[in-house]
Amino acid sequence: MPEHDMKDVRDIVINYHDGTSRKATVLDREVPYPEGKLIVSRTDTQGIITHANQAFVEMSGYTEEELIGTNHYILRHPDMPAVAFAGLWETIEAGNKWHGYVKNLRKDGAYYWVKATVIPNIRNGVVVGYTSVRRKPSRSKISESEALYKTLR
Amino acid sequence: MTLNLTVSPDFAPDHISGWFIFNTWLQRQLGTGVHLELYDCFDAQRQDIKSGKFDLVYANPFDASMLVRELGFKALVRPISKPDETIIATHKDSPLQCVEDLKPGAQLVATDDPDVNRIGMIMLEPADLDQTNTETTTVDSYVIVAKNVLNKNAEVGFFLKDAYDELSDLIKSQMKILVSSEISVVHHTLLLCPKLQKYAPKIQQRLVKMADDEKGRSVLESMNLLGWEVMTEEETEFMIDLIDTLLDE
Ligand SMILES: Cc1cc2nc3c(=O)[nH]c(=O)nc-3n(C[C@H](O)[C@H](O)[C@H](O)COP(=O)(O)O)c2cc1C
Repeated sequence: MPEHDMKDVRDIVINYHDGTSRKATVLDREVPYPEGKLIVSRTDTQGIITHANQAFVEMSGYTEEELIGTNHYILRHPDMPAVAFAGLWETIEAGNKWHGYVKNLRKDGAYYWVKATVIPNIRNGVVVGYTSVRRKPSRSKISESEALYKTLR
Repeated sequence: MTLNLTVSPDFAPDHISGWFIFNTWLQRQLGTGVHLELYDCFDAQRQDIKSGKFDLVYANPFDASMLVRELGFKALVRPISKPDETIIATHKDSPLQCVEDLKPGAQLVATDDPDVNRIGMIMLEPADLDQTNTETTTVDSYVIVAKNVLNKNAEVGFFLKDAYDELSDLIKSQMKILVSSEISVVHHTLLLCPKLQKYAPKIQQRLVKMADDEKGRSVLESMNLLGWEVMTEEETEFMIDLIDTLLDE
């Protein structure tokens, strides 16, 4: 870890809504969105990761083996308000498409912003899982989201 | 029986004859008539597809969604190593260095290719640009897109990457790429209508083996394809779900 980052390091405990928690290191360092790429993952109906593309693996900092079978909340950043994800789940469980700006936590503690779209995977009329596709957000949308999320935490 | 075949109008004009050669090849392989009809406009083709005119469609990924989810077609195969990628390019002397340098009111030039235009607009989002604050000139081919960029009639042009790669070196040497998509899982597919599904295994099998012999390879070459690989139902659904996330309604 470069020395200039040291002052921005925080060790925190993240509590998930299912009652579990984990210790995480959070750095105030943004990793730029990879140009031209889409970051793609799929989950089962419970939010357990079943697929992650190469861009997802690279940006999250985890290996594919670490990601598959893990709850998607592994990427949850403490700056993200719980209501944002409550809205996500309410929308997709009702069978609809959800859009939002998300700050994600990498394995190394750094973060990256995405514009995410999540949709239910419907096969023969049944929801069998969810797909999330992320694209590069604009700086203005990131600033707006940062300001909004501060008021919601 | 005659199979009615059509091909998404987004391939380079040089490969038109290749599709007619493919038509003849397919006819021999299946021992049945195959009739190929080409279009130079996406909308007219989509109308005819919806009215049930075609049995076999080589579709761009956005039309594949409509064919599968609305009309019950099934994808049989996809071309090997040929993802649909989009390039946004500008004049080499342009002050633009990245997409974020574009400002509201930006002048774009594009064809009417729905997937390239959608991905192109997504790649402009980081600059806070969309349909409402840009002006798009729609032209008939990627060569004309390039001409408009070189004449500075537009600040940037949208290209299918394959079409960009096939532009002359002279044209390419006067352009600069601002961003090139790397999506890799969105591609064309060959789809069969619901009422002829009993022929699916045979068509699929002949196409997958096409690159195994000299004759088949030369036909593929004339279409600028390497070969075909099987597309499973779940792979098709996965691609369509992904495309669904790219449509903003
Ligand atoms: C397909 C899909 C993708 C998701 N992607 C993310 C993500 O990238 N980052 C994230 O923090 N949460 C993501 N979530 C939401 C998580 O499931 C979870 O709701 C969130 O991290 C908050 O965790 P918590 O509710 O346990 O606190 C995703 C959910 C689904 C269904």
